Amino acid sequence: MTEERLLLSGDDAVALGALHAGVRLGTGYPGTPSTEILETFDRVGGRAQWSPNEKVALEVAIGVAFAGARALVTMKHVGLNVAADPLFTATYTDVEGGLVIVSADDPGMASSQNEQDNRHYARAAGAPMLEPRDSQQAYDYTRLAFALSERWKIPLILRLTTRVCHAKTVVRPRPMDAGPLPEPHFARDIPARVMIPAYAKPAHHRLRAKLAEIEAWNDADGPMQVDEGDPALGIIATGVAAMHAREAAPDARQLTIGMTYPLPMQRIRAFARGCERLLVIEEGDPVLVDSLRVAGIEAEGKPEMYRFGELNVARVRRIIEGDRSPEPKPAPGKPPELCQGCSHRGVFEVLRDLDCIVAGDIGCYTLGVLPPFSAMDSCVCMGAAIGVGLGLRHVLPEAEARRVVSVIGDSTFVHSGITGLAEMVYNPPPTGHVVLILDNGTTAMTGLQEHPGTGRLLDHSPTAKISFEALARSMGVENVHVVDVLDKAQSLSALLTDLLARSETSLVVTRQPCVLAAPKIRQYEKTAEAQRIAGCTATTD
Amino acid sequence: MAFVKNIVIAGLGGQGVLTSSDILADAALAAGFDVKKSELHGMSQRGGSVTSDVRYGDAVLSPMVPPGEADVLLVLEPTQVDINLALLRAGGVLIGPDVIDPAALRNRKSLNVAMLGALSAALDIGEAHWLTAVRANLAPKLHALNEEAFSIGRAAAVGRFARAD
Repeated sequence: MTEERLLLSGDDAVALGALHAGVRLGTGYPGTPSTEILETFDRVGGRAQWSPNEKVALEVAIGVAFAGARALVTMKHVGLNVAADPLFTATYTDVEGGLVIVSADDPGMASSQNEQDNRHYARAAGAPMLEPRDSQQAYDYTRLAFALSERWKIPLILRLTTRVCHAKTVVRPRPMDAGPLPEPHFARDIPARVMIPAYAKPAHHRLRAKLAEIEAWNDADGPMQVDEGDPALGIIATGVAAMHAREAAPDARQLTIGMTYPLPMQRIRAFARGCERLLVIEEGDPVLVDSLRVAGIEAEGKPEMYRFGELNVARVRRIIEGDRSPEPKPAPGKPPELCQGCSHRGVFEVLRDLDCIVAGDIGCYTLGVLPPFSAMDSCVCMGAAIGVGLGLRHVLPEAEARRVVSVIGDSTFVHSGITGLAEMVYNPPPTGHVVLILDNGTTAMTGLQEHPGTGRLLDHSPTAKISFEALARSMGVENVHVVDVLDKAQSLSALLTDLLARSETSLVVTRQPCVLAAPKIRQYEKTAEAQRIAGCTATTD
Repeated sequence: MAFVKNIVIAGLGGQGVLTSSDILADAALAAGFDVKKSELHGMSQRGGSVTSDVRYGDAVLSPMVPPGEADVLLVLEPTQVDINLALLRAGGVLIGPDVIDPAALRNRKSLNVAMLGALSAALDIGEAHWLTAVRANLAPKLHALNEEAFSIGRAAAVGRFARAD
């Protein structure tokens, strides 16, 4: 241990842990509360890149791990749904370099469309899971995860929650492990990596054998802490809820579990024997308490009302007391709104005035649902705008079908909208359809990240840029238009009225940089231009 | 539990609530305390209500200040006082934006740092730690302006608030 004390967010601690673990490549897609991990990893000297979506990010990382190098993949909880396809088979394979997937869950939905509990994924996919309770553990468990991943050649999930990601707590970093990591190399291992049934069947058996070994390791050496106390109340807790519990019941005995899949069931059993009342304190679904009950350990869970929202010290006190009375509601604050000067405002005014039925999507522009616009009728998941809009068009009576538009942001379009566009061209509804890409040149909601449509990399340096209009034309969309919403001469209203009347497929790109991003984008462009000129001069010389 | 001081900073997105709590947390860390700080990101840039919790002391457990246990509530925006009052403990100190005369500030954007100056008068963290933290969290061209704002806030508050400890 060094004497250095850093005050780091959990996200920053993961980034530093990854750097100190020798991670070769960090991949991911922005999503609150995970976004800062890759940004910090880049800033402290790691190599990080945004992928179009979480599925691609994980696939790239699997390739890195197959090449014998360490890979970190970051995403918010719903991102793991997108990445679930590669995840469920990656666990069958043998990874050579460590592969660690960060799932940043959002209990309480501070900035998410649901509060799914991704602990279910660990069990469902057979991926060991570590859950830090603060930034120090976020740092330590990141480094531990890589060591375990390589020891058992298995991907691990590091599950964070909002109050671990965005809380700052003290971290004492450790020196990097001695000795250089092996250089990336290709070593053919077909049965371990080609998941055709002939190889996947034995691979599934190998996975279960690995998990049994890891469970034994967790029982013997796994990360956990026992705080001794009055045996009248024994608490088993995980993640940040363990901190709330220590504060709510400082005199209780407490077992805090770091690796929550596979569970250290022998240690839990031993702890349970020393307690008169055994209470499980966990955020979200009753995952841990159900596992204990299946194992025959009599444990008490929280009343159902505490499944909803995040926990805190006050709620844990109520759980301990068995208090099921209605909770005091916090005073409603001022809700967020689209920024003054935001180009989305003009779009939603038009959609409202044309009385459109709007299939919406995930991003800042979801705020178009609020007054004074109230111009959004659905929002489900990344990319759903296009499919949902098409479904509405297929079955609604013609007069209503003609009012349906799909509204999607630029980053969201690249993430999950391109296949929706393919669906529109392939299965056009009888009335055709109209898709709007609200292109503000950034991933605004998560804090102005780049994506494949901006022409800039994670560190804002230039790269190739995807043209949405050229893509749509090449896919066979019949009408493709680009509109500057702030240019009064270009009437979005007249254009939409025309397109909605046609029984054709249409894409309208409304293009205007995000007001928050615009000054930064100008700076990035200036820097790139200066570097280009410097490069030309150097070549000439 | 051992000594822990609980501070909640409240305001609207864009007012510098998160920068303020970063400065406070860094100052407390430099003063040798254990520190935890927590808030919700994501919507804060869109003008909505924002609060940030800072706790420091011998050993801090939960990163969130339990409602009704804040020793100090620092509010940057008049409309945000009432909705956050329930966070303050009985006998806790409320520092509202009326403590600063806006005319005294060269730039209204330094209100958050001026408010920290006022807060500093109610806490047991040395002024040098505060000023180091102000500089560490702001661009060099803003240092002079904000050091001045901090002094204005501190001068306005000294003797006005009972120490919160």
